[in-house]
Amino acid sequence: MLPTPDTSHIPTSLVYDPVEDSYLLLDTFSSPSETAFLKDHFPLTSPSAPQSPSPIPVVLELGSGSGVVSAFLASNARHIFGRPVLSACTDLNPHACRATAETIRKELSQRREDGAGDGAGVFLGVCNADLEGPWVSGAVDVLVFNPPYVPTPDLPVRPDTMRDSADGEEGDRREPTFEEEEYYLGLAYAGGYDGMEVTNRLIERLPDILSARGCAYIVLCAQNHPEEVKQRIRDMGAEWRAETAGTSGKKAGWEKLQIMRAWRVHQS
Amino acid sequence: MRVLNLNFLSCAVKACKVTNTSFPLHPKDAELEQDDEVVYKPEVLVSLLPRLDWVALRTTCTELGFPQLPEQAPTAEELQADEKLMADLHRLLMETHIVGGRLVCGSCGHEYPIREGIANFLLPSHLV
Repeated sequence: MLPTPDTSHIPTSLVYDPVEDSYLLLDTFSSPSETAFLKDHFPLTSPSAPQSPSPIPVVLELGSGSGVVSAFLASNARHIFGRPVLSACTDLNPHACRATAETIRKELSQRREDGAGDGAGVFLGVCNADLEGPWVSGAVDVLVFNPPYVPTPDLPVRPDTMRDSADGEEGDRREPTFEEEEYYLGLAYAGGYDGMEVTNRLIERLPDILSARGCAYIVLCAQNHPEEVKQRIRDMGAEWRAETAGTSGKKAGWEKLQIMRAWRVHQS
Repeated sequence: MRVLNLNFLSCAVKACKVTNTSFPLHPKDAELEQDDEVVYKPEVLVSLLPRLDWVALRTTCTELGFPQLPEQAPTAEELQADEKLMADLHRLLMETHIVGGRLVCGSCGHEYPIREGIANFLLPSHLV
């Protein structure tokens, strides 16, 4: 068992606390089958040029929230990927951005104190953005997304009290109003129709976001119709693959949560 | 954010993303901080080399007032043989954070504020 990063500093009225879905991601990434896939997928040297090192993998987590998943991936990079990685995050919620940065900083410094910092990842930073936001095309090797997947009548609406550009200096340090807290927590779970409105937006952008060797890990719940989602990925083209990389196990005959891995294979 | 992160970010405005002036973003009034959290490792720098957009990196390096990088990206062998270049790259990319200031798009001119090391890429409604 790899240790779970500490998230005790997180303001739970504003940032979604790690729950079952986060832990399913940690379990999936540290499972023997997934570490084998990742080590094989990102070998230290490229098969065509065994003398030169292959590019360091870039891991981007969208909607990182507490930061527990990225902290775990960065801190255990050697175990999971067999090598250091570059780790970065985005979140729409500025409070979550600060929580993420703090969780990862604490986890990596704890690792260094334990004398185990050697194989850890390099944390690039967290951007306050919608999905991949400013990230350039084709840069991401491992995309991680625990989306708002709960079916809801609507997506959260930004309260009028919040400033339009969030540019003001006073903007994000004052006490949030009740409506703002509701909005931020809603962003973490409310997925609209079928719980898929945000995930669908991301899936459309996958071909542009991922590098040629990139793969995406996305949390799906039973109400998202995961088999249909995987079929849609496969229908994006002959090179696309989508498989279940981890599940929460069956409860009353059906699977509540699963982690989908979507990626492209190269015809060489 | 580490300076290295800038090598992966462009303007968040859709119409800008397809122009080549939206990358790299230009730091303005940048407040920099150094740390020594990342262990200096030549093999990490060498594996980073194929990921870097060297032209963009040279621009960023000059704009932040760091020593000029060579015009051409070194090969893996050249980098391994050049300890000074490796040390310069490590300092710029792995040890330097932008903790405050703005990032400006060369295409639309939009300025993204950075506070506490976190850049705000949320767009005002007229730019979405």
